[in-house]
Amino acid sequence: MIGAEHFLIVSAILFAVGVTGALISRNLIMIFMAVEIMLNAANLAFIAFARIHGDMSGHVIVFLTLTVAAAEAAVGLGLIMTLYRRRGSVDASKFNIMKW
Amino acid sequence: MNLSGANIDFTLLLPEISLAICGFAILLLGVTKRGKDFGFGLGLFGLIAALAFTVQQWGTLETGFFGMVTKDGFSSLYNIIFLLAGIISLLIAQTYLRAKKIDKPEYYALVLFSILGMMVMASSYDLIIIFIGLEIMSIPLYVLAGFHRFNPKSNEAGIKYFIIGAFASGFLLYGIALVYGAGATTDLRLIAANYHSMAQQAPLLLYAGVALILIGFGFKVGAVPFHMWAPDVYQGAPTPVTAFFSVGPKAAGFAALMRILDFGFDSMDEIQSVLWILAVLTMAVGNILALFQDNIKRMLAYSSIAHAGYILVALTVGGEGAVASGLYYLLGYTFFNLGAFAILTILDTRDGTDSRFSELTGMASRHPFLATLLAIFMFSLAGFPPTAGFFGKLYIFSGAVEGGFIWLAIIGVMTSFVSVYYYLRVVVACFFTKADHPFQQVAMNPYLALALIITAVGALGLGLFPSSWIDLSRQAFASFL
Amino acid sequence: MDYFFVALFVGMAFALVGGGLAISYLVAPNRPNKVKSQPYECGEHTVGPSWVHFNVGYYLFALLFLVFDVEAAFLYPWALVFREFGLIALFEVGIFIVILLFALVYAWKKGVLEWV
Repeated sequence: MIGAEHFLIVSAILFAVGVTGALISRNLIMIFMAVEIMLNAANLAFIAFARIHGDMSGHVIVFLTLTVAAAEAAVGLGLIMTLYRRRGSVDASKFNIMKW
Repeated sequence: MNLSGANIDFTLLLPEISLAICGFAILLLGVTKRGKDFGFGLGLFGLIAALAFTVQQWGTLETGFFGMVTKDGFSSLYNIIFLLAGIISLLIAQTYLRAKKIDKPEYYALVLFSILGMMVMASSYDLIIIFIGLEIMSIPLYVLAGFHRFNPKSNEAGIKYFIIGAFASGFLLYGIALVYGAGATTDLRLIAANYHSMAQQAPLLLYAGVALILIGFGFKVGAVPFHMWAPDVYQGAPTPVTAFFSVGPKAAGFAALMRILDFGFDSMDEIQSVLWILAVLTMAVGNILALFQDNIKRMLAYSSIAHAGYILVALTVGGEGAVASGLYYLLGYTFFNLGAFAILTILDTRDGTDSRFSELTGMASRHPFLATLLAIFMFSLAGFPPTAGFFGKLYIFSGAVEGGFIWLAIIGVMTSFVSVYYYLRVVVACFFTKADHPFQQVAMNPYLALALIITAVGALGLGLFPSSWIDLSRQAFASFL
Repeated sequence: MDYFFVALFVGMAFALVGGGLAISYLVAPNRPNKVKSQPYECGEHTVGPSWVHFNVGYYLFALLFLVFDVEAAFLYPWALVFREFGLIALFEVGIFIVILLFALVYAWKKGVLEWV
């Protein structure tokens, strides 16, 4: 039977996918999506733990973090748009005006 | 639902509320034709009102909103640091923004919202509230870093800060989730009380969670190896924003770290060795890489990484004395670092500047007063007596020795000797380098002068009367022990 | 046992789709020419690159929608406990909505709501 542990495993895998994606991807939109996956992995973990402990606060926390993620997404996409208008590219490896 | 224990008392939040109201007023007035010019005044008014309310709250210990908000001496002291940083960076901002033709009312609203987030971060024992405060702080900062929309460097700074910031939040949130999994609570008071049973039942979750939280805040305060964003963001962001960056978010990150590590997970002994490594790496890498910089903003970025390292030393040692010395150092750092950045901002309001060392030549003969002030701030950053920087380092390193961290203190002192070289480079460039072309005049105005006076008085005042200030920090920290 | 039916459904889904493709591959005549193999655009010649940019207006609307949509989610749990909490809950949600209203007024005045 599927228990809460399975959700935790999925959440850990999602988190790993997110971290890997954010580290290896070169497209800003992809990096951004990977980061969103990380946040959602945390949400899934919160829900799974809330179920294990029989505690409602985990569910509430997910509401809050979803809102935060939405606000972050709005600002992030705005920044990416500005950059795209200036440069015509969303390739992260091209953004290197400043060096050591 | 029983509301008797909730203590829904909005007077607790008066500082935050005044910031929020002024922020919204700036935004709404900003879209009207005549209201655009109110941004600066309203912003300053909001910050000063919040400062007054915070000072009034000093010494109280109250918890409200179902235990989610805690106003104690610790939060008050941190709030004062944030608000001072806000006021000083606002004072220097307007001239710069006008010179660069980006004087929009949104700037002031964003600064206010960001400080609001920092204050939320410092005023709670609940990990989730700390997380939300962190996001309220960070989201405006992403925009501020990219505020100079038509400057490609500023664009790049904004996007870099955003990506790194969001990445760090992901780690932090997952860490909080794991800690929640270990104890079914995000309240640090409950975690501290039940630490041993939690550590017995779910040690793996707890350790992994704390490690992830540490990584998340490591990015925010710019600790090595999570520092690589700092130089680029500092260099690319508009200079008054950089000034704010170097103090505000860093102090907020340390506020949260102190509450989490020195209160919530005080019983976790393994954390000390991790912090030890972080502190050594941060001090060493920050100070050594700062040696090779050609750009003063980048140099100050690495220097601010190094300063984060000194405060990490205080965190590593732990306990009342050490953390109080960390707080004292943070307060002093607010003044002298903002002072250095204030002068840099004044220099940057001229056209065609890129804050290079070579641009400083001849400053002493043209603006002897400014150059002297810059020298004072540099001496303070380097830690010469009788400045706040000296006593801060003295307290931190002597605390480390007393706590048995002799090697940490030795490494810290050695790296701060290294730092003398690059701080003095600035002084040498100002005073002793022969200029091959005349120094371009800078314009002064009362706001800039006021910012310089506040920072200079702060840096020297904290240095001349260190013991009363350290007592104040001690008092603040004692509130949560 | 629960998974047996899931597996059965998965198998049937694959069989149905795969079978359809296989039959058309085996039965249908295959005589491509230049016009036929072009991307389908109602029988017309394709104009311009396929990676067209969407109007930036969509993006601004999407942002506004995103924010308000997520915020609206808070009203449902609030509505459930509203009676127990009484006036203070009404007051707090009032603050919340007024802040959202500020955001809407700001966006409106900035001209985001106009289609350009």
